[in-house]
Amino acid sequence: MESNYINDDQLDLLLNELASLYGYDFTGYARSSMKRRVNRLIIVDKFTNFEALLETIKNDSTYFRRFVEEITVNVTEMYRDPSTFKMIREKVLPAIATQPFIRIWHAGCSTGEEVYSMAIMLHEANLLHKSLIYATDLSSLAIENIKQGIFPLSQIAKDTENYLASGGKNNFSEYYTVKKDTAIFNQNLKTKIITATHNLVSDSSFNEFQLIFCRNVLIYFNKSLQDRVLTLFDESLETLGFLILGTKENIRFTKVAAKFSQPDNTQKIWRKIL
Amino acid sequence: MAQNIVGDCDWPVVVIGGSAGSLSVVTGILSALPMPLAAKIIVVLHRKNTSDIILLALLSKKTALPVIEVEDKEELQPGHIYLTPPDYHLLIETCNSFSLDSSDRVHYSRPSIDVTFISVAEMFRNKVIGILLSGSNGDGAKGLAYIKRNGGTTLVQNPETAEFPFMPQQAINLNCVDMIINGNEIGNKLVEILGKLSISPES
Ligand SMILES: C[S@@+](CC[C@H](N)C(=O)[O-])C[C@H]1O[C@@H](n2cnc3c(N)ncnc32)[C@H](O)[C@@H]1O
Repeated sequence: MESNYINDDQLDLLLNELASLYGYDFTGYARSSMKRRVNRLIIVDKFTNFEALLETIKNDSTYFRRFVEEITVNVTEMYRDPSTFKMIREKVLPAIATQPFIRIWHAGCSTGEEVYSMAIMLHEANLLHKSLIYATDLSSLAIENIKQGIFPLSQIAKDTENYLASGGKNNFSEYYTVKKDTAIFNQNLKTKIITATHNLVSDSSFNEFQLIFCRNVLIYFNKSLQDRVLTLFDESLETLGFLILGTKENIRFTKVAAKFSQPDNTQKIWRKIL
Repeated sequence: MAQNIVGDCDWPVVVIGGSAGSLSVVTGILSALPMPLAAKIIVVLHRKNTSDIILLALLSKKTALPVIEVEDKEELQPGHIYLTPPDYHLLIETCNSFSLDSSDRVHYSRPSIDVTFISVAEMFRNKVIGILLSGSNGDGAKGLAYIKRNGGTTLVQNPETAEFPFMPQQAINLNCVDMIINGNEIGNKLVEILGKLSISPES
């Protein structure tokens, strides 16, 4: 179903309410997809119109949390876009391997599939012991999931396929144990993962990194918010550090473009040169 | 070229949607386009997730105009042809930029033709020319109706000439179609429509 229940003025009204009532600032999100997802929620949650949605958000903080979860799409998978992870395995890890200490930030990592993918690769490269992986997301539910390291078993076939396509040589099932319909990832992978909620709209940086992942998050932001967040990443990266974005994201259209080089233009991996 | 067009946002926007059986029609349309082209062209095709490089190469061969697979926040410029990337919905963010969205499929499709048609209609209203081609899916008809309701011009491939008539027929059933044109004549028809627009543009 595609319909148009909400116009630009109504979207502004909604965004203002969210900011003043709950302190969440979504005004820098891409309007077109924001509108689309609000429309979709009106249909899925069977509101009669925009006003009904707005009233519920204002008066029901439980529904507000649902609203935020739904608005900030959190689909993800392990080794998403395996060729990117292959390049990380083959080019990026060797380039940072000589560092005495490796710090990695996964910003907007959702439920953590990306984080565990990386922990496994670091383990295989014999770098995990000297690494720290910071996993952050806006969603506290997502963060809780990362801490648990428990994923639906139904995902594992696809994840295994992606792992192999990324150049993984081991038996992927070594990394988890199956319990009922879940896969519980090994404790040793978790020891180097630090989790926290972090809002890219308003929070600042908290360290210097050799590697920052921010995949399929910027796509939900408008140009000026993208500029803000990429400036934050720029400031948080060591010189020659790597920035890894989603397959359809590009720094070409943003303020920091000149500060990075792209070693392989088929991969969304940039290196900070300035 | 359309000297009456005043700003970036005033160019005609042609949005073409197609599914099964539409590829040869799309290539036919692209080959008919003149250079330079006083319009922005957006193409939404249902396709397999893997074939993007091949499809882009195929379309590029048919025209000297630049064909671009859209990335997030890509600029929307006149004289260019924009192709929706696989597995994303394509939306209009500002009158000269796109945005991508990976939320739920619509009519089992991502990209969905309805999603892009509606977004284009909202931004460009009566400057839109919507074209719906062959396909066996219900996607696109509502979007085309939305274009029509917002003052745009609508055209479908004559179902009798479509490999899969269902999709254009759905739009015809909604009574939102200005012109029903044989698949191999759509390119010339489009050029004719654009020619008229550039003489007396709507503002
Ligand atoms: C589509 S997921 C991307 C997950 C993973 N990086 C990937 O590529 O598979 C987008 C994530 O961005 C998070 N997000 C949205 N807005 C955010 C913000 N302002 N700050 C931090 N994270 C945010 C959402 O909670 C969601 O988990």
